[in-house]
Amino acid sequence: MSEFIDLAIKYLPSLLKAAIQYTLPLAAISFFFGLIFAVITAVIRLAKMPQNEWAAAFLKILKAVAATYVWFFRSTPMLVQLFIVFYGLPNAHITFFSNAWVSAITVFSLNTGAYASESIRAAITSVPEVQKEAALSLGMTNWQVYWDVVFPQAARISIPPLSNSLISLVKDTSLASVITIVEMFYLSQQIAAQNYHILSMYILAALVYAFLTSILAIIQHYLERYTSRFAQ
Amino acid sequence: MITVKDLTKQYPDKVALDHISAEFPRHQTTAIVGPSGSGKSTLLRSLNLLDRPTGGEMTIDDLHVDFSQALSNATVLKVRRHFGMVFQEKALFTHLNVLHNLTEGPVKVKKIPKAEAAKQAQALLDQFHMGNLAERYPYQLSGGQQQRVAILRALAMQPEYLLLDEPTSALDPELEAQVLRVLRSLAEQNTSMLIVTHNMRFAQLVADRVLFIDDGKVGFHGSSEDFFSSDSPRIKQFLGAMTF
Repeated sequence: MSEFIDLAIKYLPSLLKAAIQYTLPLAAISFFFGLIFAVITAVIRLAKMPQNEWAAAFLKILKAVAATYVWFFRSTPMLVQLFIVFYGLPNAHITFFSNAWVSAITVFSLNTGAYASESIRAAITSVPEVQKEAALSLGMTNWQVYWDVVFPQAARISIPPLSNSLISLVKDTSLASVITIVEMFYLSQQIAAQNYHILSMYILAALVYAFLTSILAIIQHYLERYTSRFAQ
Repeated sequence: MITVKDLTKQYPDKVALDHISAEFPRHQTTAIVGPSGSGKSTLLRSLNLLDRPTGGEMTIDDLHVDFSQALSNATVLKVRRHFGMVFQEKALFTHLNVLHNLTEGPVKVKKIPKAEAAKQAQALLDQFHMGNLAERYPYQLSGGQQQRVAILRALAMQPEYLLLDEPTSALDPELEAQVLRVLRSLAEQNTSMLIVTHNMRFAQLVADRVLFIDDGKVGFHGSSEDFFSSDSPRIKQFLGAMTF
């Protein structure tokens, strides 16, 4: 036990530094873009068909693209997606993705977006129709109805599932180690390879992940409490 | 004055409104009555285009709308600006407190500065003895209070016509009385109102005119006195089945 404590004192600062330098930014940036993808996808999938024939045909294509995107990213492992983007696309001369950070953020964002879009879609549909009608009857435009009435109510409902997505994402950033990003887990692997304290180093890495995700769970708790002020 | 001519709403399997023609004068209260499923609510929702009629015409003061043609978004917004609406269900915005429910429309739609809108909203709440509810959220209100706030939210937009879709049907008699008192006071102030109601006693008390819709068609359109003293067997049968 004292050996483990010595290792923790020695390596924990480096692991925490790696978490702050790599794990958290990777998760935060990916979650930000993931949310944008999620909202766009959810809105497209929920959009009502317009009367105009051309607009309806265009929306039909967008809906098919959105549905395929969600289907693909939910039905394939994230590790495989990372390999396709980081190793596969540059091999097909799409060199933009030869940068490990670009690849990681792209895959994490798209993956999070696919899952979160379903949470957001469910939250939007759970807002009663009469809330939209009340807003329309005040003379609001469709955009105002969504922005000022539907999204704020849907946001409260979607806090728990979106928090789950973020917590999963923080843990999933460890997959970035397979495409050469020296994030926190990769660093613990490197240290373990040098000092042979394999079990201890991986337990330390697990503790750092648990610490980060616990902070997120606490933030989620306070967010839920804050937003529950307007609903029982 | 609102004039509808041959207003029709056809669903694939049903005709909800069958060539409805009627006039709704300003500064009068019109009760829209009829059996359940006869098309009363559809008619009300067609006026502010929450339901789109499939045929006919409507004129609101100087604005003419022909439902045989596609309506632009601008026309839809123009039509809706004439109306305020109160729904059967609880339709207050759950994420906003009472004051913000009242200011949301004026600020977002009429672009009135927030402080000015809040002042007007507070004055409206005070006028109807609900000033103490300003900071409360909808879930903290009784059903009757929610409906009264919903009426004020519609009034905050200063609409020319107030549409009320069975505003008391979900309330128990005590709470219903609170709402009806507000509506009666609005009627006495010559507010232009169209009320879908099953409460015949209330209709008789406050309505200047009655539109009786029966199976999607106009069964009667005229003064309240004429309706309640009508010799028509169908109207007698309807009134006989209703609770006064």
